[in-house]
Amino acid sequence: MVTTTTSPPPKGPDTEARRSKSTARPGDKIFLGLSRGSGITLLVIMAAIAIFLTYRAALAISKDEANFLTTSEWNPAGNPPVFGIAVLAFGTIVSSVIAMIIAVPVAIGIALFISHYAPRKLAAPLAYVVDLLAAVPSIIYGLWGAIFLVPYLDGLNKWLDEYMGWTYIFDKASDGLARNLFTVGILLAIMILPIITNVTREVFLQVPKMHEEAALALGATRWEVIRMSVLPFGRSGIISASMLGLGRALGETMAVAVVLSPSFVISGHLLDPGGGTFAQNIASKFNEANEFGRDALIASGLVLFAITLLVNGAARWIIARRKEYSGAAA
Amino acid sequence: MSHAIQDRPVQTAVRHDPLRHARLPRWSPLAIAAGSIAAGVGLGLAAGWHSRIQWGLLAALFFVLGTYAVTAKVEGSRQAKDRVATSLVWVCFILAVIPLLSLAWVTISKGLETLDPYFLSHSMNGVLDAEVGGGIYHALLGTIEQVLLATLIAAPIGLLTAVYLVEYGRGKLAQAVTFFVDVMTGVPSIVAGLFILATWNLMLGFGPSGFAGAMALAILMMPVVVRSTEEMLKLVPNELREASLALGVPKWRTILKVVLPTAIGGITTGVMLAVARITGETAPVLLLVFGTKLINENPFEGAQASLPLYVYEQYAVGTDAAISRAWAAALVLIAFVMILNLVARGIARWKAPKTGR
Amino acid sequence: MHVDALHRTPRHTPPYNGQDIRFTAGGFWKEHPKVKLSRKNGLRATAIGALVVSGALVLTACGSDDNTGTKDGDKKTAAASNIKCDGAKGQLLAAGSTAQKNAMDLWVKNFQAACEGVEVNYQAIGSGGGITKFNQGQVALAGSDSALKEEEVAASQKICKDGKGINLPMVGGPIAIGYKLDGVDNLVLDAPTIAKIFDDKIKKWNDPAIAKLNPGVKLPDTSIQAFHRSDESGTTQNLGKYLSEAAPADWKHDPKSKSWPAPGGQAANGSSGVATAVKDANGAIGYFELSYATANKISTVKLNTGAAAPVEATTANASKAIAAAKIKGTGNDLALSLDYKTKADGAYPIILVTYEIACDKGNKAENLPTLKAFLNYTVSEEGQKVLSDAGYAPLPAEIATKVREIVPTLS
Repeated sequence: MVTTTTSPPPKGPDTEARRSKSTARPGDKIFLGLSRGSGITLLVIMAAIAIFLTYRAALAISKDEANFLTTSEWNPAGNPPVFGIAVLAFGTIVSSVIAMIIAVPVAIGIALFISHYAPRKLAAPLAYVVDLLAAVPSIIYGLWGAIFLVPYLDGLNKWLDEYMGWTYIFDKASDGLARNLFTVGILLAIMILPIITNVTREVFLQVPKMHEEAALALGATRWEVIRMSVLPFGRSGIISASMLGLGRALGETMAVAVVLSPSFVISGHLLDPGGGTFAQNIASKFNEANEFGRDALIASGLVLFAITLLVNGAARWIIARRKEYSGAAA
Repeated sequence: MSHAIQDRPVQTAVRHDPLRHARLPRWSPLAIAAGSIAAGVGLGLAAGWHSRIQWGLLAALFFVLGTYAVTAKVEGSRQAKDRVATSLVWVCFILAVIPLLSLAWVTISKGLETLDPYFLSHSMNGVLDAEVGGGIYHALLGTIEQVLLATLIAAPIGLLTAVYLVEYGRGKLAQAVTFFVDVMTGVPSIVAGLFILATWNLMLGFGPSGFAGAMALAILMMPVVVRSTEEMLKLVPNELREASLALGVPKWRTILKVVLPTAIGGITTGVMLAVARITGETAPVLLLVFGTKLINENPFEGAQASLPLYVYEQYAVGTDAAISRAWAAALVLIAFVMILNLVARGIARWKAPKTGR
Repeated sequence: MHVDALHRTPRHTPPYNGQDIRFTAGGFWKEHPKVKLSRKNGLRATAIGALVVSGALVLTACGSDDNTGTKDGDKKTAAASNIKCDGAKGQLLAAGSTAQKNAMDLWVKNFQAACEGVEVNYQAIGSGGGITKFNQGQVALAGSDSALKEEEVAASQKICKDGKGINLPMVGGPIAIGYKLDGVDNLVLDAPTIAKIFDDKIKKWNDPAIAKLNPGVKLPDTSIQAFHRSDESGTTQNLGKYLSEAAPADWKHDPKSKSWPAPGGQAANGSSGVATAVKDANGAIGYFELSYATANKISTVKLNTGAAAPVEATTANASKAIAAAKIKGTGNDLALSLDYKTKADGAYPIILVTYEIACDKGNKAENLPTLKAFLNYTVSEEGQKVLSDAGYAPLPAEIATKVREIVPTLS
């Protein structure tokens, strides 16, 4: 998915044209058949999923009495059925943006810490631990978030309300538990931190030693070395790492479903419980929904799918662009 | 390299030498840190804020500002910026480590309260929600079987697809496959579950089973395996292939005997990491394996349980006994995933050529 | 996830260099030790895989389904019971309402203890999910908080050969209105006030409307936090039905909605989520089945129904209200219509009755004996007797008798 630093793949001499001449042997034919068959299987599965999703979503949207994109209500079981994704889109984007604002700088910080600041003895185990944390299942983050994090953020919420209330977004903290989009953003930030850190650190380690040593030789301080040689080199790597994290934040289901107190209201007050995300809405509504309600949820899933695809596409585009002119750097 | 910077000799002020500047003693960051923590806690106590988070944030702020002020005064602005960057990086590190450590600590400490051999070796048969007791044996067995089946489906298909893409594919089909593999990585996990439910269970009429769950997991696993294997195969130098081909070794033998063995370490790592990832998936399993309180050894027939599903169910039940079961199961799940990870990384490290960085 | 794996492999040096392969005269290439190493490692990887598999197999051998002499498990179920197994065997899949989960767990436990080799597997995924799975033929029995709708009955005819899905009332219970308000533990409310609270019209605990119902109680100036379910639920639906019948002027939302219809308020997932939220926040109010209030030690609102004295949410009081229910289903179908406006003394009207849904004809042959034996047990005196311990109300005798007549006719 993200291959920020791979050297250009060796272009074999065996292009399709050449191959046709040399695959006279039965073993080759079988092997080619097998591997091509796998590729085709994959294609078929994907196509089937795509058709299935679009079909069910189309069924739902065609009967929706309201504008699917702008309605902030979810009542597919009603008569007439009315549902729209405005709240979900808002909640998904807002919580992911909060997560990114918190996680990206911190992840860069940790990556720098591991690659340039930490004592060497500490750096290797640290990198290891961060790697492992990236693999913790999200249901466990959810469990921890709901039982442990939410009560802790309570005080912070009230404090933000008191001193930062004038910013509008931090106004109106509820008296109850901090089950709001801001908390979800923080939890998502914690979840994607290891992933972003991981990739970013690897990129930082790829910075050519010569650049750094040259800067040092000129008398630069450590920060100047980082600012002048490490960060510029790693910029696109950081962006693609962030996109990867963003992709995960957008699609996160269980952790959000467990932490958020959802409602179908768009509110700019982040500390006011409410809102919802695509994945959370699917998870909490799916069981009770009837056939049509499920189709409606699938339609919302399709939108999430499209957004994720866009983000992943953007990440890939950035990496591809980088590859073109960084061949020399590798 | 970092040593080169850190080990700069500590200098006392020598005013007349233009190349040497006044320097803070080495213990100064620690002193500033201690001071700002004290200030943060003090202010927090004075203002009566309950949440420790505010104390910590304040202390961090004081630390950064304090570092800047002190260094700017003694060492000049360039050094001050450097020190601020250092302190910021440390602050970031500590900020991030606290929640992550807390996650690990909470899971381990709460999990160990309930985790014992009995918990590992018994099912939930006949245990009511509010009662203590019961175990995760059925769920653990279910997860292992489902993940194993998913791997048996996804690994060969993924591997062969990657071989096709790297060794053969140049045409439109390869482009399409590449594109759809990318698309597939973005499939929300619940959608994969829905797809299997609609086809396998509803259209073909099979009942819920561990195998149905395994198929959904395989869908999620395939693109990951393809991607990682592809990258690994691309790293195999072309000279190897050419040498083998030049000797008249058939292409399929070249791939099987030269290319794949060379990349096997990386490929195994990729597969293991994919396995670790699907092990924690809850949503598709929720729809397909049905869940049960009994041990079901046969993944092809009848309802099965699964570990992430178990954690979710017990959390949703919400009684004290159930929550502590959820923590213990979460600990087992983490341990399981971590072991897979460690093994994968072990293989990667052990396979990495010694000439590396 | 695989990303880090990629980055782990160094790129500056090829992982392998060509000169490690030597060739022998025969034209076959021979592996240099280094290649051999790789292959050996490949073998080792396989070996690890084999180890995992055999580990799993070993695991298979040492697990146990036997939880009867557990640490704290009391053996109350081990006593001889009158459960008739009648050829029940194999696995019976059931799914549905979370409201009856605790009752089901209890029944399943007793039933399985009595009948060797039988598994009744009830998954509490929600009423709607249960009906959907039933109509897809995935489960033989669905539990639901509300009776089948017309279109659902129509859909069930595809699964029940020559028959249709019918509603068998099996267990009832009070929906408690739980609250947490420091210094107040004997709160009385009536339907219009509850409607206004949940509709965000009454925002403070010392509102005159509340004060009027609680003379002599010192109500604090705390703001009310009303919690509702974030998921779709029969509990929400039954509360909505109650409010729209008992307080039609103050509750104008869709009474049939399973998801929370009113604006404002906070939400939590599942009854347990609402109960936990109410327990933790001062000034909170929420609704859930009585068992959750008992388990979490949450005070419950006494209801001023117009009867002589305010009614407390207890299983006995709920039974009295359920007794006033009328059967509205026809033939084998025993769907009930509940009387939410009852003013009878000691009748607690916020109730829900949950049904078991099965085919009257055309149940799958392999499931039928188990299904009948299990339902026979649940509706028997013995089965109904265990309910009140778990916070449920047993069926009134008249309705229970009807159910007992119908269960043996299932085919």
